[in-house]
Amino acid sequence: MTAYIIRRLLATIPVMIVVAVFVFFLLRLAPGDPAAIIAGEDATAEAIAAVRAKLGLDRPVLEQFVLWLSGLAHGDFGVSIFSNLPVTHLIAQRIEPTLALTVSTLIVAVSLAIPMGVVAAWKARGLVDRAVMAFAVMGFALPVFLVGYVLIFIFAIQLGWLPVQGYSPIREGFLPFLASLVLPSMALGTAYVALIARITRASMLEVLSQDYIRTANSKGLTTRRVLMLHALKNASVPIVTVIGIGIALLISGVVITETVFNIPGLGRLTVDAVLKRDYPIVQGLIIVFAGAKVLVNLLIDISYAFLDPRIRY
Amino acid sequence: MTAIADDAVPALRLARFGEAIRRNPTILIGAVLLAGLVTIAVFAPWISGDPFRLSPVNRLRPPSERWWFGTDRFGRDVFALTIHGARVSLIVGLSVALISSAIGLAIGLVCGYFRWVDAVVMRVMDGLMAIPSILLAIALITLTRPGLGIVIVAIIIPEVPRVSRVVRSVALSIRSQPYIESAVAGGTRSGKLLVRHILPNTVAPLIVQGTYVCASAMLIEAGLSFLGAGVPPEIPSWGNIIAQGRTFFQIAPWSILIPGAFLAITVLAVNMLGDGLRDRLDPRLARRM
Repeated sequence: MTAYIIRRLLATIPVMIVVAVFVFFLLRLAPGDPAAIIAGEDATAEAIAAVRAKLGLDRPVLEQFVLWLSGLAHGDFGVSIFSNLPVTHLIAQRIEPTLALTVSTLIVAVSLAIPMGVVAAWKARGLVDRAVMAFAVMGFALPVFLVGYVLIFIFAIQLGWLPVQGYSPIREGFLPFLASLVLPSMALGTAYVALIARITRASMLEVLSQDYIRTANSKGLTTRRVLMLHALKNASVPIVTVIGIGIALLISGVVITETVFNIPGLGRLTVDAVLKRDYPIVQGLIIVFAGAKVLVNLLIDISYAFLDPRIRY
Repeated sequence: MTAIADDAVPALRLARFGEAIRRNPTILIGAVLLAGLVTIAVFAPWISGDPFRLSPVNRLRPPSERWWFGTDRFGRDVFALTIHGARVSLIVGLSVALISSAIGLAIGLVCGYFRWVDAVVMRVMDGLMAIPSILLAIALITLTRPGLGIVIVAIIIPEVPRVSRVVRSVALSIRSQPYIESAVAGGTRSGKLLVRHILPNTVAPLIVQGTYVCASAMLIEAGLSFLGAGVPPEIPSWGNIIAQGRTFFQIAPWSILIPGAFLAITVLAVNMLGDGLRDRLDPRLARRM
């Protein structure tokens, strides 16, 4: 087990190196002169040269590359072109709302989607099943911002139950904090719920046709016990896999959700950086988001061994 | 005798086609919806007026007989904007699907067949897949001048690894089949083997994957344009129409909800076509979903 965890941990290193190399060379291989584009339409030659120096584009590529990698290894993500603040500092400042939003979405989505999938599989071809499947198909097609605006329109503007936009930090009270997360989590979670519900249903259907489920039923166990203990546990590996795959969906969605709901998190930081063409921030954010995704996938891989003791590596 | 058989063939085909549609109505629904959208996109200039004609007197008018979808904050006709926006969505969806399928097919075949290439190229693909696609596109857009072309390129890069993984896994499983072994033993050259024996097996999963890529490309384009990092505002796209409607959402929700609904229906149509094709072409995968 320990050996397996260490092996999986080591396997994340080449992935992160590819990410780092990619964002490094993207700046060097981009068509045209990125320094001129970042400096803006009517920038003087000096301004362009200053941006070039800031990005390190005036030094030999190999030297830049070694500096960039050793910086990363030391937790130095470079400096913002506009505010001159270290990128790590800007990211640390904005991380709380994004973490809160993703974690609450994860909790809401998983606790909605799994029961949906279980019931759909249990009552396969019934009314609930059809409704769940219709939702699963629709959920994939609904863009995050459309769901967001529809939710704002109904629950904030028409009914006035929840705040229209904005984020209330946890230290300013737990209830306002929760209230500010309800609609964004629902918007962000729609596609994710669709994905998990669909896989839960498929995986449960497969397990429910097994002999041991028939045995469990004929022993007189309650339906609840059979579904939850015997079926769901054995159906869990593909479900957990998809929960991990869906993290990518959440991360991409966060950028849009934060814009719709005006939440000052990493997603807003990304958008502001793009509009100002502040590449060092974008670069740092890519490393952070990719790192988060790799970390989640690592945890999922490790969880397999606990969910299914037959899995030995 | 042959005459009868020849006559029977089209009828039989038609019957089979009808049977497939009956068992699988999603293909039909998806295809009909898409055909309608393509028609609207192609004939947009004739169906509606100029999407950029400003009429400040008629700002933020609700949907009515004169303005079917209302007007936005500049007094532009949301109907004309939305109809023209279909063009960008379809162009981006189709070109991303075609180009990333072609590149992904080439990479996947080579990786599935030549083991030494596989080790290196797949590590690079793993790295690329670790970057959320919208962020990867954003990074590229930060460094270039805005335009439709760069948006397409920016969406293709994150989609290629997904396509090549699908093709590679098919190629790997076909490669271990006895008939490939016998072809190798018979002296068939690698190039011919790839094109004649392995490539045809990848077509069905590639088409299915292509439709999903198309749908996801449309959503990413709309997302990028919504964030202001996509198609420049002088080209109407569902994403940037919605972005421009943001400030007046409470007064004029139609300028967001209608283009948003169009986007959702288009993506739904493409996904339904994909689901239907998957059930039809790739029953093994269908059972797992």
